[in-house]
Amino acid sequence: MNKIFAISNVVLLEMYRRKDFYVLFIVTALITAVMGSVTFFKDAQIVRYLKAICLFLIWASSLFIAIGATARQIPAERESRTLYPLMAKPVSRAQILLGKFLGCWLACGAALVIFYLFFGCVAASREHQWPLANYFQAWTLHWAMLGIVVAMTLFGSLVLTAVSSNITITFIATVAILLVGRYLHKVALSMTEPSAIIITGLYYVIPHLELFDVRDLIVHDWPLIPWGIWLIALAYAAAYTALLLLLSWLAFRRKVLQ
Amino acid sequence: MKTTRPFVLLVLLLVVLCSGLAARIDCWFMSWPGNHEESFNPLDVMLGGGQKLFAGSFYREADVYYHSGYYPTIFDNRAAFETAHMAEDTGAVASHNRGDEAGFMGPPLDFFDAFNRHFIPNRHTHLDEGGPADDLSTSWEVGEILPWLRISAELDPENIQTYIVTAFWLRTKMDRVAEGEQVLREGLRYNPDNPQLLFELGRVYFENYHDLPRARNIWEAALRNWEKQMAGKPDSEKLAFDNKFLLDQLQTHLAQLEEAAGHFNAAIAHWEQAKAVSPDPAGVQKHIDELEHMLATQTNVPAAAAH
Repeated sequence: MNKIFAISNVVLLEMYRRKDFYVLFIVTALITAVMGSVTFFKDAQIVRYLKAICLFLIWASSLFIAIGATARQIPAERESRTLYPLMAKPVSRAQILLGKFLGCWLACGAALVIFYLFFGCVAASREHQWPLANYFQAWTLHWAMLGIVVAMTLFGSLVLTAVSSNITITFIATVAILLVGRYLHKVALSMTEPSAIIITGLYYVIPHLELFDVRDLIVHDWPLIPWGIWLIALAYAAAYTALLLLLSWLAFRRKVLQ
Repeated sequence: MKTTRPFVLLVLLLVVLCSGLAARIDCWFMSWPGNHEESFNPLDVMLGGGQKLFAGSFYREADVYYHSGYYPTIFDNRAAFETAHMAEDTGAVASHNRGDEAGFMGPPLDFFDAFNRHFIPNRHTHLDEGGPADDLSTSWEVGEILPWLRISAELDPENIQTYIVTAFWLRTKMDRVAEGEQVLREGLRYNPDNPQLLFELGRVYFENYHDLPRARNIWEAALRNWEKQMAGKPDSEKLAFDNKFLLDQLQTHLAQLEEAAGHFNAAIAHWEQAKAVSPDPAGVQKHIDELEHMLATQTNVPAAAAH
């Protein structure tokens, strides 16, 4: 376990030194500030449009950070040939993979904490309330979703040759699931065979990332999700993350590194 | 040793040349007879006719906010959302909605679908009726739809419903009558003599300012403009659902105004006109009979509405 933490620590340090997060955070803060400076009918209490814009930017930024950072991990180590001295040490490939995953996932979690703190401040400046439990649920679900995305990207970096293609494919797949994943079964019902069965199969196989997107509940002040349901969603994310990590390990184990 | 000075000078030269050329072409374009641009608003120039598409999308977004996010997508049954509920609830817009507005999602198709519904807005609510918290004291939160309506009006100033909806919620739930009136007048600047906008403006004078003479003048002007618009059109178009609805509303409100002013004969005349286009002619006739009976017995007639 210590070896995994040591590798994840290196990843965290590397992410800390990179400029991605800072740039994305500044862009998010700037756009939110500009949109917040607009008042409609001189009503300072209108806030939901601002919350929606801010949360959208946070989601987009987090996906950029998660996919962009993870996709480079193993290919960069191979290109700079630092992977070989690492593997020469008494570290298994599974430990390297888990260390990389943990580092990227923790970095995403830390970035999300800052993003959600900023969001909370923006919302509180107009709403004068801080629904901490709702924000906690939104943050944990968002972070759990990023766990699946990080694992998916890690798997992509082992089966796809170029970093750019991995980033593009993972990004498109993630956005597609977020946008239409929920409706695939409904769409399949209006189709003929064999398309219907293929789409239905796809619906059951894909990780339902849209499940973790609770922006509408936060923006429109809906009540809390029942804690039991929230816990099941986290377990679902953990299961998919584990499955994708297992697939990554299988791919990594057979990979010839030259 | 390489120097960057020539490159900087070259870039500067290119910038100056481009700016000069752009200014020259702009002047020529302004005076060119083939220039059909109606406006030099940057949005007009960039988006052109596409502005109306964006405006429609923002108008719909306002209705999404009115429902606190509970809204059908292109994959759902949208029959109950053909007319925006935020517009339907103003009473000034004819509704084309059919079916169950609360159950557009239908029963869950599978386990995932059922589970998914815990993570999205899953109940039909309106912001002015308390929203997701069912708290009627927060009906002023309907103001959350205003940013989208404002943007929609900027992009498509010819969409009448945008002004009507904005003005209605401003004056009824946010206690900002003057601003509501201002919105309607802005709409009239872009759409002069529009009977729907005049109808809503008349409501401001009748319901908020209680200024009966001005409300009457505005509604009568709306009626004249409605007739002017319908002149020469076939009966099928005159009696189209939206046109009939507006005529019914105008005649009914004028009748109510005359009753409130104590002019019962004028009120009966308007009720007669309303009866011809009302979805409930029997109810209107009953009210006319009551008025005539009261006139005949020379008693005080209460101002009552048939609708």
